Amino acid sequence: MSDVQIWTYVLVALTFGLYIGIAIWSRAGSTKEFYVAGGGVSPLANGMATAADWMSAASFISMAGIISFAGYDGAVYLMGWTGGYVLLALLLAPYLRKFGKFTVPDFIGERYYSKTARVVAVICALIVSFTYVAGQMRGVGIVFSRYLEVDINTGVIIGMVIVLFYAVLGGMKGITYTQVAQYCVLIFAFMVPAIFISIQMTGNPIPQLGFGGTLSDGSGTYLLDKLDGLSTELGFAEYTNGSKSLIDVFAITFALMVGTAGLPHVIVRFFTVKRVKDARKSAGLALLFIAILYTTAPAVAVFARTNLIETVSEKEYADMPQWFKNWETTGLIGHDDKNGDGVIQYVANPEINELKVDRDIMVLANPEIANLPAWVIGLIAAGGLAAALSTAAGLLLVISSSVSHDLIKNVIKPDISERGELWAARGSAAVAVVIAGLFGIYPPGFVAAVVALAFGLAAASFFPAIILGIFYKKMNSKGAIAGMIVGISLMLFYMLKFKFGIFDGGKTAVAGLKDSWWFGISPEGFGTIAMLVNFMVSLVVNGFTEEPPEEVQEIVENIRIPSGAGEASSH
Amino acid sequence: MSEKQEKASAYWKENLRYLVILLAIWFGVSYGAGILFKDALNSIKMGGFKLGFWFAQQGSIYVFVILIFVYVRLMNKLDKKYGYDVD
Repeated sequence: MSDVQIWTYVLVALTFGLYIGIAIWSRAGSTKEFYVAGGGVSPLANGMATAADWMSAASFISMAGIISFAGYDGAVYLMGWTGGYVLLALLLAPYLRKFGKFTVPDFIGERYYSKTARVVAVICALIVSFTYVAGQMRGVGIVFSRYLEVDINTGVIIGMVIVLFYAVLGGMKGITYTQVAQYCVLIFAFMVPAIFISIQMTGNPIPQLGFGGTLSDGSGTYLLDKLDGLSTELGFAEYTNGSKSLIDVFAITFALMVGTAGLPHVIVRFFTVKRVKDARKSAGLALLFIAILYTTAPAVAVFARTNLIETVSEKEYADMPQWFKNWETTGLIGHDDKNGDGVIQYVANPEINELKVDRDIMVLANPEIANLPAWVIGLIAAGGLAAALSTAAGLLLVISSSVSHDLIKNVIKPDISERGELWAARGSAAVAVVIAGLFGIYPPGFVAAVVALAFGLAAASFFPAIILGIFYKKMNSKGAIAGMIVGISLMLFYMLKFKFGIFDGGKTAVAGLKDSWWFGISPEGFGTIAMLVNFMVSLVVNGFTEEPPEEVQEIVENIRIPSGAGEASSH
Repeated sequence: MSEKQEKASAYWKENLRYLVILLAIWFGVSYGAGILFKDALNSIKMGGFKLGFWFAQQGSIYVFVILIFVYVRLMNKLDKKYGYDVD
């Protein structure tokens, strides 16, 4: 076994042991502990847990790589996945905390005084969360298979057992405290290589400043100027200028922001703190913790892209460093010597280009590219697993509480005992883990594509219903229900049509449909349109139907006042 | 309207005013500086960064964090002013 493998095993085993230890220490004894960790989480812990909950395998493993190939256009993810927290902190979190319930469908059901509204919200929550969680389990499997050389499926099963253990045993309480630990692991694992590489390339230990600085080779050239030059030389778009249309950049950023604010597994985290002011503060802390990774990722993207081009472009294949050979066996990077000259041509033109490179390699192989010690490489595996597991657990909790609390307790069997509901919650968490694991083992072709679209679905369904519920006290149930149904259906239709080509002969037709996108907006950005449609439908239907009852309007007035938040209760 | 209700609606109005101002800044740094006016700002350079690019990939995120903490401060003060800070 190599040094890297030993370090990887040791670090992964240590962190897993830590998570299990925390799970045993923080078992849930009541439904309140299971759903909202007893409602007594400190803002600092909640901020870290929210950050870990939020940053998934995609943020940790894929985002820097996506940015390094997209250049400026990568900003849609950077701004989209952080700007949503401003909306959350200012428009949702404090009021939902004051409302003091356990789940998002809880809010929708009570605010719109309707079982139908609750059931529609449950269905939306399940669609959003399942599409999202499937990708996480796959991520766990991939990290295992790349670093520990176990089969992807074995990796998924190991991940399932771990999550099952602490989600089923501890519920939100167990999840919260393991997420705090997972945040520490993942941020350390992300920052250490980034700092090392920043020092190597620019002499500046702060990556956020380093990538705007000059190269440390004494030439005095700015790193970004150099990368712009290299990119255009090879026929790519200038790095600091994207290639997406302005309207699409706008729409995608907006859909991701609003989707972030509408994701049930993020919103529910703000039910776990004690007071309204803690909800505000923990939203700020969460974004601060997220921003540490999100402002470093674009720096890593620039370092990695420059390193890659300099290492491979017009160089002899036979002289490639060891990491190139290592990752060639995983299929993440490859050379096809089209003109038989033994030299690697890496250019934009697909006819001449000889290098095949997967964007995930930018984070996964980064420490090796920069010749960092073996323990740093092992750290990346532990960090990737922490990111994937923490997000998966948060999503599973939303799924299980939607079933046990919103469906069983509030619709099907209202007289269920506290103990019975707790066991129902545990049971549905277990079932959800198994389904998510099956998605990971037998990934339906659409999983990866759908994860980004979960945001569009959340934007199109929850966001308008919650905002109107808080800011417009005369909003009634018929309007909100109609808006949610039309919004999510429209988003699903657009996805199926333009992402999967279902109505035009399947996947192969997708590329050709690009010219018929509505308003030139991609499926990733369409959540913005579907959200606007939801708002309009809600308001129009509301205008033609009766006002909500007086006591509901009083509830709305009450949630606008922070004092007397009291404890979350189920009645 | 009772005195209690009047107080509540005055509080709500001040809160909405903060929201409008803060969200205008939120929109300005991301959609304004980072997207709509990116090309114009790119002619200005700050070290190695073109300014529009910097706002899109760095600056807007810093401003988002600051905005939330400013909001937290403003609201804590407002809660105190209206006596809503005690549970």
